[in-house]
Amino acid sequence: MGLDILMIEDEPNIAEAVRFIMTREGWQFGLHHDGAGGIEEIERHRPRLVILDLMLPNRSGTEILCDLRAAEDPALAATPVLMLTARGETTEAGSGADAVLAKPFANEDLRALVRQMLS
Amino acid sequence: MPDRPLFLERASFHRRRLGDAARVLPVLATLLLLLPVWWVPRSVSYAGGAVWFFALWAGLIVAIWALHRALLRAEAATVRASEAAAAQVAPRDGLAGRRPSGEAERGPDAL
Amino acid sequence: MPFETLLASCLAYVVLMFGVAFAADRAAARGHVRWLDHPLVYTLSLSVYCSAWTFYGAVGYASRSGLEFLTIYLGPTIVFTGAWWGLRRLVRVARMHHVTSVADLISARFGKSNRLAGLVTLIAVIASTPYIALQLQSVSLSFEVFATDTPYGPTLNGNTLGGTALWVAAGLALFTILFGTRNLAADERHHGVVTAIALEAVVKLVAFLTLGVFVVWWLADGPADILDRIAAAAAEPQNAEGWALRADRWTALNIVSAAAILTLPRMFQVMVVEAADEERLNTAGWAFPAYLFAMSLFVLPIAVMGRELLPAAANPDLYMLTLPASQGQNWLALLVFLGGFSAATSMVVVCAIAVATMVSNHWLVPVWLALRRPQGGEDADDLRGFVLNARRLAILAVTGAGWLYYHASGGTAALAAMGLVAFAGMAQVLPAMIGGLLWRGANRKGAYAGIGCGAALWIALIFLPSIGVGGDIPLPSGVDPWTFAVFLSLSMNILAFIGVSIFGFPDPVERLQGLSFVSAVEPIRHSRMTRGEGRAEPLLAMARRVWGPEEALRYFRDEAHAQGKTGYLPDLTPRFLTRLERRLGGSIGSATAHAMIDRVAGGVALTVSDLLQVADEAQRAKEETQRLESARAELARTALQLREANDKLTALSVQKDAFLSQISHELRTPMTSVRAFSEILKDPTLTHEERSRFAGIIHDEAGRLTRLLDDLLDLSVLESGRAQLSVTAVNLHDLISRALSAASATRPERSFLIDRDVASEHVGIITDADRLLQVLINVISNARKYCDADRPMLHIRVTRPAEGGTVINIMDNGSGIDSSRQSLIFEKFARLNDPARAGGAGLGLAICREIMAVLGGDIAYLPGLGGAAFRISLPQRPPVELPQAVA
Repeated sequence: MGLDILMIEDEPNIAEAVRFIMTREGWQFGLHHDGAGGIEEIERHRPRLVILDLMLPNRSGTEILCDLRAAEDPALAATPVLMLTARGETTEAGSGADAVLAKPFANEDLRALVRQMLS
Repeated sequence: MPDRPLFLERASFHRRRLGDAARVLPVLATLLLLLPVWWVPRSVSYAGGAVWFFALWAGLIVAIWALHRALLRAEAATVRASEAAAAQVAPRDGLAGRRPSGEAERGPDAL
Repeated sequence: MPFETLLASCLAYVVLMFGVAFAADRAAARGHVRWLDHPLVYTLSLSVYCSAWTFYGAVGYASRSGLEFLTIYLGPTIVFTGAWWGLRRLVRVARMHHVTSVADLISARFGKSNRLAGLVTLIAVIASTPYIALQLQSVSLSFEVFATDTPYGPTLNGNTLGGTALWVAAGLALFTILFGTRNLAADERHHGVVTAIALEAVVKLVAFLTLGVFVVWWLADGPADILDRIAAAAAEPQNAEGWALRADRWTALNIVSAAAILTLPRMFQVMVVEAADEERLNTAGWAFPAYLFAMSLFVLPIAVMGRELLPAAANPDLYMLTLPASQGQNWLALLVFLGGFSAATSMVVVCAIAVATMVSNHWLVPVWLALRRPQGGEDADDLRGFVLNARRLAILAVTGAGWLYYHASGGTAALAAMGLVAFAGMAQVLPAMIGGLLWRGANRKGAYAGIGCGAALWIALIFLPSIGVGGDIPLPSGVDPWTFAVFLSLSMNILAFIGVSIFGFPDPVERLQGLSFVSAVEPIRHSRMTRGEGRAEPLLAMARRVWGPEEALRYFRDEAHAQGKTGYLPDLTPRFLTRLERRLGGSIGSATAHAMIDRVAGGVALTVSDLLQVADEAQRAKEETQRLESARAELARTALQLREANDKLTALSVQKDAFLSQISHELRTPMTSVRAFSEILKDPTLTHEERSRFAGIIHDEAGRLTRLLDDLLDLSVLESGRAQLSVTAVNLHDLISRALSAASATRPERSFLIDRDVASEHVGIITDADRLLQVLINVISNARKYCDADRPMLHIRVTRPAEGGTVINIMDNGSGIDSSRQSLIFEKFARLNDPARAGGAGLGLAICREIMAVLGGDIAYLPGLGGAAFRISLPQRPPVELPQAVA
């Protein structure tokens, strides 16, 4: 079966925390830790939700989001995306994403947001 | 520059005439050196010739010296005049009189 | 005079010459060139024109042919009457193109053709070898005058001291190699040699004048008496015939000696190559003719008195020595001997340098480069060493050939004619040289035709007969064969040059060079190069091979600085490429430099439309200078300054925003982990292992936060200039050892080979030891972190440059830093998007740069050295006025 959530994040500790929270909720969780190859991972796993970090090595979260929205398969292009950003302003960074969450976040906020987006 | 100051014109005129003199000098020297030998070879072959050639030679050395001195002064005067002219064009800028530097800008005006 | 005294004074004189040359080279290396650059030194160095042939031979010449000897000096004087517009221009154009020899000048003018330069070199070698032999013969003969102790001089075939010439040749080759090939400077100037030659010129002049005064006022009764004696001597029938001037010969000799002053390799070397600028000709213009005047004033008196006082069997070529010796004036004879020795040695030294430069630049180096090409263009070998060795080899070959020639010819009287033979040979270059400077239509095929035709006639009609090969051509009686040959070869030369030039069509490179030479404006290389920085690095690597690393780095840094860039890699603008090519040409000749740059930078062939554009630009530049629009230029400069200031302010504002945003990111990232895991830890169902692992993560991330804050504080203190230095004297070796052991904690699993030069490290430096240690640790740790070589090595080198201070170079053997990122590495958070970043925030090198600024030094990345290389420069002591702490 496919993934519920695919996260693209280069900071191993943050990814570890999110994985812990998500698997506790019973969701299937996958991780990719580089901007390069991110879109290929999404195509391969067809997750129900993508959690994207904004600042990634080699290819930024915004670029991956653009690639995703430009995908030929309409189902894939419509995949909901949650953008995580460590920069202050959440509005600008999240253009095109379905939701934006600023780092650091409360675990409960993340959990609620993901639950809402998956339902 | 429509109204270039008069002294710049005069300085550069003077310098050009001196430049003409510098061009004429080698021709004159060549003639004085060669013509007597073609014309009266016998009378310049011995003691008389020694006096003539050494006198000509000394004269040439003095002529070159005087010409170079005059040319250097004329060049300096031209530079001063053009600096003054440049200062008139842009009087508020303290750097205006600076001479453009670099090989390319020295240009062929000394030729 | 005892032979031992002569030998001792001769040796003492040689030692003095070595000492003077050494001292001058040292002074020049320290930058004390003011008196070395004096126009007087330049003028005196021109006197290398007066070789032993003119020093001793002029008297012999005068006693055989009367006033005809004057032509050798009068021709050059005529050339110098045109110094203001002629010679100055030649020097300016040659300096503009960093010309290294007369062959290089011809080659550069005619489209940077190396074959043409090779042809000119061939003529120079053929002409110079017997000429050098003549100098060796004169020294050896003058020795024999003293050794055989016959008052009237030895006969020519007495070869009792055959070894003298060999010793002299060997000594001169040694001197030339020592002072002529010390370095491969980009401007080919040899202060040591020039200064020694200027001193020799003084000795020559003093010796000649002293003997002349002795002859005129001691042996004779003053000038009037001498004139009477000249008239009396001329009345003798055999003299009346021999001394009568022949107008055709007189003209030919004047033309040929006037050509010689411009084209003889040694004259071109001292007059054009060693000149720093054309201004010194303002003095030399009259001073050099005056020197020649003084050198010839007493020639005829000495010849006349020699004939009267010495027996008929005495060799007139040695009157200079035998006349004072026969009068018991041994010290005067010794002085004259030293004068003649000076004349011979200075000629051989300069001639060897000049011809060796041609041989190595136009024969050896091109052949070597052509042979190596198949093995790939990016060979990293030391071209500089090869060029210097080629030059040393050529010097040995040139002087050796001169000695061999002397030895083989057995010192015959035929050698005496060799001066004129050499003059006539080099004169064949003159039409192409003058035509190239004055006539834009002159082209390479014309130059080939003219020089080739003239040189062939010269060899057939003058050179071969002079060494006894081939018979005389049948000429109508009354025609002088030498004069006929000179007129014939030169007129055929000029006709072929002009004729072929008119019908030829030059390629664009040649037309561009022609334009540059004729209008004396700097040419701009016009090739469609990408402006990417990537190409600058191979160019730097190539320049390093020619000049050595220090010189190349300095040149590239200065050029980058002139473009307003920091670092060592300038943009490849056409102007930069042109200047680089010409400076390289100053070391290895223009043709080779052109080919090498094309090979590395991948220049594209010029097209005619490019050429038109460039010609148009050059024409416009010329007009602009004539209009003296300094005011407008100033205005433009101010506008540019304003724009730069504005750009800088904008950039600063952008930088500040970016910095804040980056700090925000760097703080939030560890904070995210801390917050998430501390919430997770509240979960009572966690296992013990999970709990301790999560606590560990929180601990690590908190540590990362602390380090970041520490770095930021450090940086802000350093940047604001409030850093407190505790300056002490410390041994650099200890400091480097401490840094190495501290840095070994970074990636301890990698074992590095450390290459240090311990002896040079033991220097005391005055600085803040802790701060410097921090820099060293940072740089070394970076190397440990990023060096990707299989067998990682770290080279540490300490040098103390002449201008003071200490320089530490730290290099690894990894793949280095990509040139597009080199300008960024010292910026804050430079590694933000770097996948390999591990823990640090990317402030390390930024802090290093600030520390070095506070210490009064500098840290820079050195590109083009293979791996990543950093240079840490320290001043002798940190700035004294330390900024006081406010708090």
